[in-house]
Amino acid sequence: MGKNHPNVDDYVISRVRALESLLLEKGLLAPDAVDRVIRRYEASTGPMLGARAVARAWRDPAYKTRLLQDSPAALGDFGVSYDRLVVVENTPARHNVVVCTLCSCYPWDVMGLPPTWYKMPAYRSRAVSEPRKVLAEFGLNVPPEREIRVWDSSAELRYMVLPMAPTGAERLDEDALAAQVTREALIGVAEVRLRDGAR
Amino acid sequence: MDGVHDLGGMHGFGPVEREENEPPFHGRWEAAVVAIMRGTRGAGLYNIDEFRHGIERMDPAHYLGSSYFEHWLDGIARVLAEKGVVDAGELEARTRLFRERPDAPLGAPAGAAGAPAGEAGAAAGRRPEAETSFRAPAAPPRFAIGAAVTTRPMHPPGHTRLPRYARGKRGVIDTHRGCHVFPDTHAHGLGEQPQHVYSVRFEGRELWGEAAEPNQKLYLDLWESYLLPA
Repeated sequence: MGKNHPNVDDYVISRVRALESLLLEKGLLAPDAVDRVIRRYEASTGPMLGARAVARAWRDPAYKTRLLQDSPAALGDFGVSYDRLVVVENTPARHNVVVCTLCSCYPWDVMGLPPTWYKMPAYRSRAVSEPRKVLAEFGLNVPPEREIRVWDSSAELRYMVLPMAPTGAERLDEDALAAQVTREALIGVAEVRLRDGAR
Repeated sequence: MDGVHDLGGMHGFGPVEREENEPPFHGRWEAAVVAIMRGTRGAGLYNIDEFRHGIERMDPAHYLGSSYFEHWLDGIARVLAEKGVVDAGELEARTRLFRERPDAPLGAPAGAAGAPAGEAGAAAGRRPEAETSFRAPAAPPRFAIGAAVTTRPMHPPGHTRLPRYARGKRGVIDTHRGCHVFPDTHAHGLGEQPQHVYSVRFEGRELWGEAAEPNQKLYLDLWESYLLPA
């Protein structure tokens, strides 16, 4: 494996098991805590909260305004309390991309688990200094005339990109649209294109 | 801390490698690390800033050569040892046991069978992300929207959230982000000492000089004491 995918050896797995067992004995970890984490992230049903908010914003201009100007209230429409999201809008004149150079901060509550590449040195080092080159590696070309805004998540504010609505978005209902919004689009390394046959 | 974690702008890491359809967790151990972090932070054993600084103090070669959740494991073990919760020797001994006997049982929790004791039980269900860093301001913001600022050319030995690539650089206050716990003190047991945080906008060429790509802006959320009037 390359330097971005280090092997995990027995020592690490044993050390985790050791820490887990010590914390269980000390009453500092609930016996079902690990299973609950697995269930929450592996058995996810349906699109991420962020995808649902984006889909609603594409279909409802008033919701879009609220999402951009008061995201806690807008996310509250979905029954979720999250006080620190900043939503940044892509336009023909501007493309946004999000990174955390210092450690990999990411809005888990809104966008699920971050992909491994987001957390590795290559993305964290290069997204701030050569974003167009990085985006081109993802297949997204942003010409020089279009401004790139890079958001480095250095505080507790978390960022989500509101991608431009794909052609044909108006034909889909909110749930179908939400299913098309990937975490890559919400990070800003992809746009949203409707898959053939989407309805 | 001018550590290896402060990766912004570094060269040499090559293309961004992606795993197609990667699973949420690459092994049960990753989920266990998440559960351990939430449980121990939820129990108030350490705060998020101490956690991050624990990771920042990893051996640099180990940091670069290990995965994200290995960073969490190392940082948590470091902080728990420093806090006297899990002794490093105790952890090593237990690790050896599980290496020799991978199928050994995890062990019974303290107190009633299947139920963690008191506060830990409640804490195990609480998710640290639900806690907020927002605090009431003690003073009005020093900087107005649109003000020109320069970031301090600082090199603190401890925890900070001003990356090296953005120190001693000129930017513009773009937005006020509210008042937040200050990591530089909170990570070192010196209190929350909340400060106003600003979204500061930098031109790409200010940060990267001639190497900058055209038409790039970069935004950082920075605490007031990181900033000087330009």
